[in-house]
Amino acid sequence: MRYDSLLDSLGRTPLVGLPKLSPSPEVRLWAKLEDRNPTGSVKDRPALRMIEAAEADGRLTPGATLLEPTSGNTGIALAMAAKLKGYRMVCVMPENTSEERRQLLRMWGAEIIPSPAAGGSNEAVRVAKELARANPDWVMLYQYGNPGNALAHYETTGPELLEDLPEITHFVAGLGTTGTLMGVGRYLREKLPDVQIVAAEPRYGELVYGLRNLDEGFVPELYDESVLTSRFSVGPHDAVQRTRELLEHEGIFAGISTGAVLHAALGIARKAVQGGRRADIAFIVADGGWKYLSTGAYEGTVDEAEDRLDGQLWA
Amino acid sequence: MAVEVRIPTILRPYTGGAKTVEGTGDTLTALIDDLESRHPGLRDRLVENGTLRRFVNVYVNDEDVRFLGAEKTALSDGDSVTVLPAVAGGASTR
Repeated sequence: MRYDSLLDSLGRTPLVGLPKLSPSPEVRLWAKLEDRNPTGSVKDRPALRMIEAAEADGRLTPGATLLEPTSGNTGIALAMAAKLKGYRMVCVMPENTSEERRQLLRMWGAEIIPSPAAGGSNEAVRVAKELARANPDWVMLYQYGNPGNALAHYETTGPELLEDLPEITHFVAGLGTTGTLMGVGRYLREKLPDVQIVAAEPRYGELVYGLRNLDEGFVPELYDESVLTSRFSVGPHDAVQRTRELLEHEGIFAGISTGAVLHAALGIARKAVQGGRRADIAFIVADGGWKYLSTGAYEGTVDEAEDRLDGQLWA
Repeated sequence: MAVEVRIPTILRPYTGGAKTVEGTGDTLTALIDDLESRHPGLRDRLVENGTLRRFVNVYVNDEDVRFLGAEKTALSDGDSVTVLPAVAGGASTR
């Protein structure tokens, strides 16, 4: 397939069946390979959509500085687009994210400001908001609250899924900014009122959450709970186990957050089998495993991998 | 019928330090009542006036019970129940 530039090649990713992991011909799993995007993740969609909206409304002008709290993929996507379009890029990133992500960001020319490990992405958001106040000329697209994030999925990911799988009954994706679930969820529900929208949320150990108070949970501005029909919380053991099963049985080398999403998809599949209902369950492969090799998630036993992941942000 | 219940650190003083305990009950409410009989004080930390407390998340087989039947969620033998303080990703600001 031919495109005028890398940015033009965004989206239209493959949807592949999982013949080995699907429990029966009536209950089928489908993986949307979002690692087949320009910088290798689903975040290319919202990143480009948010930049183009900011250019169109005049907020983003030549030579501007972009600022974004990100645990990696959005920053990498924004950094690539910023490089091609001539913007400076500053990322606020938790210090306990993988080394590969830092190197990729620097390679595409981004400057990284670390935020404390404790508190994870929420802490990065807080630091970025402070920086935005201190530097009023910087442009923070702010993926957690920018409608362009969800719109990218409403306008592209959702229609692609419906075109490739008109019989879709369930859509499963990771819950971070909530943009994928909100955008795809709203689009699919308009077309298929009974479609089930399922969130898979990473569950971290107490090294990540230990220092935080119970009541300071951060909810992205984009989040609208009414779009969801179910919400799973998946720990690192299950996430690693499923990431490996996806490679072992279907040949797909995915990042660890995809393992968490697959775990939720398999939970839905099991309930469909038990209830004697047909199901076509599509889920998002947010990225490939390359950026997470140094975490140790892909070597040794699952228990060893789980120990190595303790204290790291793996999704 | 036995259900395994994972207890977060903050509530382990009620379970003698145990990370997981076993319980029985065909609904979440029945399970919590059963746990209370051996781990007094636990119920008050989980429910208030018969409903789950706002800053407690409960999952059955990793699925948030607020999207199932909340306190009335049905349980089956072999299910796994996880109790978490509501911080991850900001759940439960409802």
